[in-house]
Order: sequence, then C-alpha cells, then structure tokens
Amino acid sequence: MNLTAVIAIYRFEMARTFRTLLQSVVSPVLSTSLYFVVFGAAIGSRIDEVEGVSYGAFIVPGLIMLSVLVQSVSNASFGIYFPKFIGTIYELLSAPASFLEITAGYVLAAATKSLMIGLIILATAFFFVDLRIEHPVWMLLFLVLTCLSFSLFGFIIGIWAQSFEQLQLVPLLVVTPLVFLGGSFYSISMLPPVWQTITLFNPVLYLVSGFRWSFYGMSDVALGWSLLAILGFTGACIAVIAWIFRTGYRIRQ
Amino acid sequence: MAPIVSIRDLKKTYASGFTALKGVTLDIEEGEILALLGPNGAGKTTLISTVCGITTATSGTVTVGGHDIIDDYRAARSLIGLVPQEISLEPFETVTSTVNFSRGLFGHPRDAAAVEAVLRQLSLWDKRDAKTMELSGGMRRRVLIAKALSHGPRILFLDEPTAGVDVELRRDMWETVAKLKAEGVTIILTTHYIEEAEAIADRIGIISDGEILLVEEKEALIRRMGQKQLVVELAEPVEAIPESLGDYALEREGGGDRLVYTYDRQAERTGIRRLLNDLDAAGLTLADVQTRESSLEEIFVGLVKETGA
Repeated sequence: MNLTAVIAIYRFEMARTFRTLLQSVVSPVLSTSLYFVVFGAAIGSRIDEVEGVSYGAFIVPGLIMLSVLVQSVSNASFGIYFPKFIGTIYELLSAPASFLEITAGYVLAAATKSLMIGLIILATAFFFVDLRIEHPVWMLLFLVLTCLSFSLFGFIIGIWAQSFEQLQLVPLLVVTPLVFLGGSFYSISMLPPVWQTITLFNPVLYLVSGFRWSFYGMSDVALGWSLLAILGFTGACIAVIAWIFRTGYRIRQ
Repeated sequence: MAPIVSIRDLKKTYASGFTALKGVTLDIEEGEILALLGPNGAGKTTLISTVCGITTATSGTVTVGGHDIIDDYRAARSLIGLVPQEISLEPFETVTSTVNFSRGLFGHPRDAAAVEAVLRQLSLWDKRDAKTMELSGGMRRRVLIAKALSHGPRILFLDEPTAGVDVELRRDMWETVAKLKAEGVTIILTTHYIEEAEAIADRIGIISDGEILLVEEKEALIRRMGQKQLVVELAEPVEAIPESLGDYALEREGGGDRLVYTYDRQAERTGIRRLLNDLDAAGLTLADVQTRESSLEEIFVGLVKETGA
C-alpha cells in the first residue's frame, strides 16, 4: 500500500483548495444566503410551517445538500479532469500507486472541501433561521457519506468527460434538477400522488429526507431507505471506478 | 549481468486499429545511454509509454530490474523516472511543490534536502518558488526532469528531451545526461535528431514503423555501416570521367573539379592505391586528396529507406 501517494495527492489537492479558498467558499455561501432571503424571508413568510417547522428552517438541510452535491461532483470531476486536460496524468499512470490509492487521494480531497463548505453553510444558516439538530451524529454521518459518494460520482464524471463542456454538463443538467425535484424545498407530501410516486425514483430524495430527519426528526421516506440509498449509490460508484481501472477506460490506452 | 530492462516481443495495437509496435525485443544494460532513433510515428513514444505503464501492451512482456511491469508494477515503476515529450506541468504550482508531489507519488516521504539536491543539480534552485507557468520552455523541461529524478530512479526515460529546444539548451541537456550517467543512472532517450544520438549515446537502436531495425554500439554502427569517401581534387576540371576509370564508379562534383570515390573501409582492399595510380595513368593531376566519413544520419536514412522499400 502506497499510503504516501494518497497523502501526496490529498495534500496537493488541498493546497489547491486553500489557494482558491475565497472563491471556493464565498460563492456557495453567497448563493445560499440568497436562497434564505428569497425562500426563507420573502416567500417563506407566506408559506405555513411544514410539519411544525418554519419554512426557512425546513429548507436548510435541502440547501446544504444542494451545495454539497454540486460541490462534490464539480470538485472531484475537476480534480481528475485537469491532469487529463494538461497532460500531467502521465505521472499518475506511471507511479507505483494502485488505482485505489489514486482515487482515494482525489476523492478524499474533494469530499473534504465539500464537507467544509457544507459546514460553513450550516453555520451561515444559524444567522438566518432558528435551527435545531436533533441527531447531530447522524447529521454528520449523512453529510460525510454524501460528500464521499458524490465525490466518487464526480471522479467518474471527470474521467468520462472529454471537454470542459461535458464536465459541467452533469452537475448542471443532472445533479441540480435532481436536487430541486428531490424535496429540497418542499415535503413530497405537498405533491399530487402521481408526482409523489415519480419522486420516489429520484435518489436525491432519500439523501435529503434522511438528512432532514437528522435535523427535525421528520422524513419523507424511512431512515433505513435513506441509508440504503446512499450506501447503494456509493457501492455503485466504487464498482464503476473499479471497472474503469480494470479496463483503463479513457485513461490508459 | 542481467539487463536492467528486458522487453520481449512487445506488441501494441491501439483501439483505432493502428499497430504501433510489431513485436519489439530489446535489452537495456545497466548504466548505459541508449538512444532510440526513429522518424515521427515510428513507435518510440508507445514503447516508452508501455514500459512506464501509461499504455497497456497488446502482448509481450517487459521486466524492469527483474520485476514484471504488470504483476509487480510497484517494484518495476519505483525504479523508473519518466520525462514525457510534451511539457505537462500544473501551471499554478511552484517548482518545489510539483517536485514534492512527484516524490510523494512514488512513495517517498517529504525530504527537503533531497529535493534541494535535485533542484540544484538542474540549476532550478533559484526558481524553486516560481510558478511553473512563469518559467521558460527550457526551464520547464528541467522541472520535468527534476520531477522524474525526485525519487532517485535507477532508470530514466527521456522522450524527445530536446525537441524544440535551442542549441545552447540542448548542449546543457546533454551535459545533464552525462552527469546522470556518471552517477550510474541508466538512460533511454528517444530522438529524431541524429546529432543527439551521435553525441551522447553508448548504443543506438533504430526503430521504424513499430520495429527495431537494429541495436548496436554507436561506434561499431558507424564503423560497420559507415562508408568512407575519397575526394580527389583535380588541378584542372574534367568534362567527363575517363573511360579507363569506369570500374571505380566515380562521381563528379563541383563541375568536374572533384572526383569522389566511395569505398568500404572494412574491406580488405580499399582500392585507393590502385585508383591513385590509374588517375595518374589517365593523365589527371591531383591538387588535393581528402577523405570523409558518412554520418549516422546517412546510415539512418539508408536503413529506413531499405526497409521501407
């Protein structure tokens, strides 16, 4: 096991994160604050409480998920796409490191960055709404697992992408709609029955639901399903990555 | 002594159907400088990439220091440093951080003294805090070498190290290579500059169209393949070569000022004495006589043409 290589990649990526800390952190915090102003204060004041929680507080878990998912995917995909784009990937491929080690370095760094952003947004939320966290350990567990699984997903996107356009395609066209339609800003019980059923096919629903449960003890789907969904998604991503490394898909000719 | 790199019947066909290597067998001895000479598209980079793990072989085996590059890739790759043809560096990283990264990737813990030694060796110490994008092309290539040397490899692959580099930097590079050889590093470099192979290599491998045409000691190659020419400068130009000299296959040069006789110096009889006598007999007066040797370039062009025909 070449642990030194994992650490080297992790440090290298984290150095990049800290070098661009301001823009990495400021933009998600700003956009989240805007959501609070628009949804929480302006529109939220006209919406009733959702199951005993004020609307502003209700959307906090969904907002954090939105940022964490988008950040995880874009951090991890950029992390591995950039070496491919500028050609420095030759070094990763010729190093005495297994694919597992290379993946671990990039994914852990991307997950760390999105975890930091998630926690900063959580801290920001305290300024806007009255928050309570009923199950802090579960909350952290969900947050960490989400960061990891979507960083794995982002890593796959980064290997798959052959242009910067493709790199942005998935976060923009897949992740954001899934988060918006996955009950981030509403409880699916507010939807007509047909849409409730359709929403059950949205994997993000399970994440948001489980995450919200850790805050307020309420959920759209049972906690077990949420855990199963996130673990299943992580497993699927690991399987795809294992396949990529066995076949050398788009990295090793 | 067992070769440090042993390549057996290596074949590579890309997904596009292009066959870049058609069964390459090559042994590289420890401590030597081997130049792989060949035109663009000959398979030089594919060969290096396969040994280093960047491309996977279609068939064949490679061992590095006795370790198979697939089954025992960690041990094999630990011995290798690779300097790619393209200058690929993270533009926003400093020289030190990118060299640290390479060292870590190869499983070596941080060691400021070791990195300093490498940077000093390549005259990069003054630039250690500069971002790679601020450096000149030649400096960036040195950074690539520093990265490749950061983990103390025993074998260094240099893929076209002087492509697009000016003359001064090229000489500089050759000196660096000579220094590394003195330290016992085995060096394999690809080039299509024959001058380069001639100047620094111990052995020369000629590769064309995915096949190794020959591998030989540089001097032996020049000697074996080399033809010598005797140039006879005449006191007065001749309109045509006298019939009595028809056997020598002479060529006229400079409008008849010079006659050129090509001979094989390995031959038992070069025929020079007889030619000089016959020139005299034909009534030609010699102003000067000189010999010239064919360069590696001529040998190379001859070989590639021969096999291409």
